[in-house]
This record gives sequence, C-alpha cells and structure tokens, in this order.
Amino acid sequence: MPSLKEYRDRIASVKSTKKITSAMKMVAASKLKKAQDQAEASQPYARAMGEMLARVAAGVTVTAASPKLLIGTGSDKRHLLVVVTSDRGLCGGFNGNLVRLARNEIIRLQGEGKEVQVVTVGRKARDLLKREFSSLIIESYTGIGSSNRVQFSEADQVTQFVLEQFEAGNFDVCSLVYNNFVSVLTQQPRAQQIIPFKLPETGANDNEDEAAEGLASPYRFEPEEEAILAQLLPRNLGVQMFRALLDSAAGEQAARMTAMDNATRNAGDRINGLTLEYNRARQAAITKELIEIISGAEAL
Amino acid sequence: MSDAKQQNEFDFELVSPEKKLMSEKAWQVTVPGEEGDFGVRAGHSSLVSTIRPGVVEIVSKQGDAPAKIFIAGGFADVTATNLTVLAEQATKVDDMDKDAIEKDIANLEKKLADTKDEIEVSRFKKQLSLENAKLAAVSAA
Repeated sequence: MPSLKEYRDRIASVKSTKKITSAMKMVAASKLKKAQDQAEASQPYARAMGEMLARVAAGVTVTAASPKLLIGTGSDKRHLLVVVTSDRGLCGGFNGNLVRLARNEIIRLQGEGKEVQVVTVGRKARDLLKREFSSLIIESYTGIGSSNRVQFSEADQVTQFVLEQFEAGNFDVCSLVYNNFVSVLTQQPRAQQIIPFKLPETGANDNEDEAAEGLASPYRFEPEEEAILAQLLPRNLGVQMFRALLDSAAGEQAARMTAMDNATRNAGDRINGLTLEYNRARQAAITKELIEIISGAEAL
Repeated sequence: MSDAKQQNEFDFELVSPEKKLMSEKAWQVTVPGEEGDFGVRAGHSSLVSTIRPGVVEIVSKQGDAPAKIFIAGGFADVTATNLTVLAEQATKVDDMDKDAIEKDIANLEKKLADTKDEIEVSRFKKQLSLENAKLAAVSAA
C-alpha cells in the first residue's frame, strides 16, 4: 500500500492537471466564441455569392465550352483530396476521425483504380497521413489561423494552389475533407466535392424563387453570363475553402472544449477517489498506532 | 416600381469574405465595372457585373463629397433598391500609403525579372497589375 506521502503527492499532481485542463477548457470556450462570430461574419458574402451564382447559372446553358470548373474535364480518373485538420492536438477525436475518413476515401478511390493526390492543411493531417501516404502528398500547409483568426488570404493561398494544379491539368476531381461544424457537441467529418462544382440539391426551391424574381426584373449581365461565370466559379471555390477552414477552426475549439471538460471531470473524480483512499490509509495508520499504544499499556 | 421614384436613396452593402464592411443608405455609388465605370442610383435596372481593381465612390447624400474605397476586384449585384458589392479586399483610399505601394511595385518587378517559373510569373503579374491600380487610385486622390 502506498504511503500517506505518496497519496498526497498524487493528489497534488492530479489537482494541477485539473487546473490545466480547466484553464484550457475556458480558453477553448472563448476562442470558440470568436471562431463562431467569425464564421457568422463571413455569412453575408457567402450568401450574396450563392445568390449571384444562382442568378448567373440560371441564365447560362451548359455546353462543352462552359468553364471546366463547372463541367469537369470529362474524366474522373485523378482525384485531389484537400484534407483540413488543426495544427494542435488535445481535442479529442477531432483530427483522428477526420483522418480516418480521409484514409478510407483514399483507399476507396485507389480500390476503384483512381489516382489520388493529397493536399494537407494543418499539421495533424500531414503528420498522420505521412506515415501511410507520403508519396501522395503534393503540398502541405500549416500555421493557418495561428493569428487567432483564419484570414481569407490564407484560404486563398490554398485555393490558388488548387486552381493552378487544375489549370495545369494535374487532376480531374477535387474534394474537400473537413470537419463540418454541426453544433458545439458535434463535428461531422465529411468529404465535399468542389471541382467540378455541383449546385446544391436543396437549392431547388430557391431556384424557383429566383426564377420568379428574375421574371419581375430581368437581369442584365456585364460582361455576358459566361464570362461572369468563369470569374465567379474560382471565387466561389475560395469562399467554400474559407468556409471549410472556418468550420474546422470553430470545430477544433469546440472539440477541445468538450475534451477538456471531460478531462476536468475525470480529474475531479480521480481526486475524490484518491482523497477517500488517503483518508482510509490515514485512519488505518491512526488505528494501528492506537492499538500499539493500548497493547503496550496492557503489557505492563 | 412606383416607390423607387420617390425614393432617392438605396441600400448599399460592401461585403468582404471575412465580414460585412459597410451597410448604409447611399444616394449614388460609382462602381469601376469590368467594361467601364457605372454610376448607380435608386431605381437602377437590375444588373450583375464584374468589377476591375479600382475605386468605388460612395455619395451618401446629394452634394456630399464621395467616400472613396479601393477594392481589388469583385462583383456588383444591382437591383432597383439595393447594391451589393462583393470585394475580396477593400481599403479606404485615405488609408493607403503611396510610398509603400511604390516599394511593393519595385519588389514585384524585381521578383518578376528573377523568376522563370510560369505559374510564379503569372502570379506576380497579377499582383503587379493590382498594385499599379492601387497606385493610380492613390495618385488620383
């Protein structure tokens, strides 16, 4: 049985761990608030972009000459996966789950005989995928959002790289693999295809509204629809990338908050357990001493 | 729309990907469209246009001096009652520093002369034309 001193030391060590985890939880909570605010602030642009895209797309007939970002290269042989994780750990299954999804995707695509290339965003994606798929990783980005908030220029850097690769004809289909921020308690890893661009299916009703609006006030386009679309699509890609990074940043903090909340609670339970054992040991020691004194006195 | 005739103000919004930068009533806004500048007032016909790097001038009341904002390209969405400008980058012309821009231009020109990579070259050229537009905006102010 450990000595009383050992118990005291163990309790002290768990207590200091608890202090750290509870501080981390609070830091994560405040960062989460910031990240959520930022995600909200980016909404007007994304919404306006979506509306404009719907309007322009309604006026365009898709032909073989349409932008490749919309109709694709006519093949789906070569895939590019952009895997978005955080730089830091200690956030529960946040990165693990995401990387597992990415890994399954890679294996599935390879099983179908497709070529796969990977761009990693965040240190964890790089570190975790490097072991198995180091030959597939063509570019890695780290330190995104390290200035406390994700800058659009950081997202744009990744977008530009993807676009350059696309224009150079290095892949046919591009998907984003990232943690979708469902709620503070749930982050859902998902793979979303961004090239060629798919109009969201839920937008069917919106499109009807748009069409009705369009009749009331017909839009003029300057330059013509096709030219606008050709410019709009890369920008839209940037918006989606930015949104994925924001979601991931908010999700990371939420996941860390939950993980640290659990850790704090576990530390509390452990302290209670240890304190109980400590008191038992202390009482046992006192009882033992009393018995020794009494039996010593009786012997006289 | 009959309302539009009496109304001589419309809603102007300037949004960047990171946040909504401006949302206010305006009397007239001049937008540097890809195919030439155009002015927008209340009751303008519906229009979607691309914007080249240049200066947006916002006049909130008739006769006021315009507020000038440089934007690095984007899109404009015009209806009779509002104008939404989507800009990737926006800076007040007053806040821009001519010397710093000139320095950037010199730097870019040097980089452009040094590099051979095609992708890099086109990237630098894009940046350079952006900086030149900035310089023109500052010089005109």
